[in-house]
Amino acid sequence: MLLKPVLMHIPDGFLSVVVSIILWVVTIAVVAYALKRLSAELGERQVPLMGVLAAAIFAGQMLNFTVAGGTSGHLMGAAIATILLGPWAAILVMTCVVGVQALIFQDGGLLALGANIFNMGLVGVAVSYAVYQTVKKLTGGRKWGLFVGGALAAWFSIEIAALGVGLQLALSGTSLANLAIPAMAGIHALIGLGEALITVGALAFLYASRRDLLEAGSSAPQGGWLVWAAGLLIALALAVASPLASANPDGLEWVAEQKGFLDAAQGPLYHVIPDYVFPGVSNEGAATIIAGIVGVLIVFGAALALAYTRRKRTAA
Amino acid sequence: MHLHFLDPYQERRSPIHAADARIKLVLALAFILTCALAPAGAWPAYILLGVLILVVEMFSELGVGWVLKRSALVLPFVLAALPVIFTLPGEPLFRFSIGSWVLQASQPGLERFASIVLKSWLSVQAAIVLASSTPFPGLLAAMRAIGLPRLLVAVFGLMWRYLFVLVDEALRLMRARSARSGYDQPGRRTGGSLAWRASVTGGMAGNLFLRAIERADRIYMAMLSRGYDGEVRSMPMPALRRAHWLVVGFGIALLAFILLLANLFKG
Repeated sequence: MLLKPVLMHIPDGFLSVVVSIILWVVTIAVVAYALKRLSAELGERQVPLMGVLAAAIFAGQMLNFTVAGGTSGHLMGAAIATILLGPWAAILVMTCVVGVQALIFQDGGLLALGANIFNMGLVGVAVSYAVYQTVKKLTGGRKWGLFVGGALAAWFSIEIAALGVGLQLALSGTSLANLAIPAMAGIHALIGLGEALITVGALAFLYASRRDLLEAGSSAPQGGWLVWAAGLLIALALAVASPLASANPDGLEWVAEQKGFLDAAQGPLYHVIPDYVFPGVSNEGAATIIAGIVGVLIVFGAALALAYTRRKRTAA
Repeated sequence: MHLHFLDPYQERRSPIHAADARIKLVLALAFILTCALAPAGAWPAYILLGVLILVVEMFSELGVGWVLKRSALVLPFVLAALPVIFTLPGEPLFRFSIGSWVLQASQPGLERFASIVLKSWLSVQAAIVLASSTPFPGLLAAMRAIGLPRLLVAVFGLMWRYLFVLVDEALRLMRARSARSGYDQPGRRTGGSLAWRASVTGGMAGNLFLRAIERADRIYMAMLSRGYDGEVRSMPMPALRRAHWLVVGFGIALLAFILLLANLFKG
């Protein structure tokens, strides 16, 4: 077993369409805003930097340390990216990391990609930023404040993102709130410790070798307060909502049913054909058989079409 | 590390490989959306979708077994949906007890669980076929064609370009660590405390990021020397021909039809 944030990457099929689409919309809006910000305030110099750092975060997730009995700890990287690059660039970098993981390595689904970018990119970065900046301010920029801030940012980024995943699964009717949320929270409280330790190790190394990078990355960017407030709000909202939801799973289930979250797409057709029976077909068995026949015809057609294109290619 | 070890792209001569990347991306997304929209328990539709993806897999010459083996990736996540079998109210199917804990499976619960697993499994197969039959530059062009912002696609492209370099770098760091770690006999503890091991890994991660930042500087200088001005230019994609539009239209119509059937013959 790997103590890896593997449970963070939701595959397709586990989220309802409504939840997926809402999270896609939020993700697209925020990433578009981050892009606007970046192209306004950063030069063309940042494009290679963001690309290579995205690759470095991806590669950094391979670095591991043994915990016990074959388990090992890994890195997600949202916190360290935020500390090094500032929130807007970190959002873009995490978007690329999660995007490539889904598109190339099937680590997380494509329809669920909006949700995965939301959890690991937006929530992870915003929470990291809020926690890190707050601790840094409170400790007056002292050295130990930097490390404590980094550790807390890393732990909270994992934990709050995991709560988000649990809540989304529950809202989709895939898992029950009183099981999914405590399970996700429990596992990731441990994984978050690994993340915190690695992040502090990385910060200690960078503090010793290139202190200027740490100072450059955390200089307040324009609109930084926005991310700070968003991160704080997300963290508070999820930290409050999750125990509530898992204490009253029926409540969430009720919301899911009422809002039509569970099977959003099937409403209208239901009423056209009552009792799920095809007009003129009196029982379900026959209907299934007809569906089978129609299906075979479709497949036959598809195969024929494909075979045709193929023949044309080999003939050419 | 050898590039082929990481890149899922499989070189084959098949109609699926030869197809335009834009079409493949759009159709794969449409397929996954159809899987998601199909209601729970629409078994005939799942079978049709399964046969459809199977036909595509056969034509792609990737080997059905190879795709199926890769699709086992989604299995760990199935655990997250397992409780739904026992928690959805409905006609009880069977019950068993673990100690004093009695679990009762219900029919709707089992149906929803099977639906989630099947949908997930079908979707991941489409994603695997897409990634294994399309080289990454094709995917980048397709992303640009479906309207992703230029800056984002540029970062994606650079990330992919340097992914292998940095994975190599990470593996070298790890090899260096093992080379310098003492280990004499099994059962004897070596290597310090857990926090120490973690902070060493953290230091290595920091080192990796530092190298990446320094490399990014060099890359920027090199790009600048070749006339980079903030604009990433690429060859324009060939225009989509009528045949392409027909394939897209036919594919989407087929998926829409399956979706319609799924709603008609639900459960």
